[in-house]
Amino acid sequence: MRDHDDDTARTSGPDDDARPVDQPVAAAPDAAADQPGATVEPTAGSTPTGRGRFSRFSKAQLLVAVLVAALGFAIVVQLRQTEQQGLATLRQSDLVRILDDVGDRRDRLAAEASDLESQRRELTDVSTGDQAALDAARARATTLGILAGTVAAKGPGVEVYLTDPRSTVRAATLLDLVQELRDAGAEAIQIGSARVVASTAFTDVAGGVAVDTLVLRAPYTVVAIGDGQTMATALEIPGGVIASMPEGAHATVATRDEVEVTALHATPDPAYARPAATPTPQPSGS
Amino acid sequence: MIPALGLVVGIVAGLLLQPSVPVWAQPYLPIAVVAALDAVFGAVRALLDGIFDDKVFVVSFLSNVIVAAFIVYLGDQLGVGSQLSTGVVVVLGIRIFSNVAAIRRHLFHA
Repeated sequence: MRDHDDDTARTSGPDDDARPVDQPVAAAPDAAADQPGATVEPTAGSTPTGRGRFSRFSKAQLLVAVLVAALGFAIVVQLRQTEQQGLATLRQSDLVRILDDVGDRRDRLAAEASDLESQRRELTDVSTGDQAALDAARARATTLGILAGTVAAKGPGVEVYLTDPRSTVRAATLLDLVQELRDAGAEAIQIGSARVVASTAFTDVAGGVAVDTLVLRAPYTVVAIGDGQTMATALEIPGGVIASMPEGAHATVATRDEVEVTALHATPDPAYARPAATPTPQPSGS
Repeated sequence: MIPALGLVVGIVAGLLLQPSVPVWAQPYLPIAVVAALDAVFGAVRALLDGIFDDKVFVVSFLSNVIVAAFIVYLGDQLGVGSQLSTGVVVVLGIRIFSNVAAIRRHLFHA
């Protein structure tokens, strides 16, 4: 502080310029007595009167400068403090109010969070339910498609190769074969390039058999998906379908790990029937 | 000239040192600053009126600061600190306004 004052005194301009009002002050009623009395600061010993230009310099002016410097310092400090002011300088009542506000806000946010949480849960449940329903519907559609013959299928099964050089195989023979396969658990059956479904009709035509509208001629290839061993056994059982083949026809049954039923049954859109509400739960599609 | 230099020196020192206000002084420093500003404006007015006195300025400066801080302290002790702070700021603000008005009349004759 003392050094600072001395520096200020040395670096400042001429006294007359700095304090043009010295004369009126000296003329004030109590100024004459005050001027010496004001110089009670410890800086009294360093009065910069060494040079003539500073002869009018007053210790009181230094004191004023010190006070104003303190003011500037305090202003800057306070501005800085206000900028970074947190809760530390607030009064108790303000702090209580802020605490209340924060508590209210926390309650509101907690309620909002719980709302959003339940909403999210609902949405998740709905979406998983939708997904499950969609998966089920898709699986059901696939199952029904296989049964209705509208989608191709593959899997383990048997392949029956039926030679008939003398054209003795009748529609009834193929129907027996198909029935036997169905009894043995065949899930998808194809004869030649005709898919066999529930409504498939076998008709005798000249030189062959018509499966629905498709005329097939020997040799016939029957592919069935299902438990191959069971179907093969059912077909080859003594007195079974193959054993009772007509004279001249010969069938060989091969069990395969994977056969493909690729023929599709064209399903016309129903012209009159429309889906109705199902009053009772349907049995499983399979 | 010298007080202006002092102001500059104080501002520069505050900017350079970047001190933190002690906790016990934090409620009083703003009021003290306002009170000191009041004293400074009063001094400028006295300067322009030609009746400026160093001693008066020093005494009024210090007493302003001390009394303002004391009033705030008293208000804090009585539980009306914020209200008293507001009151002090209002009073000092009125005084600053009147002083600035006098300065303005001196400088612009209006």
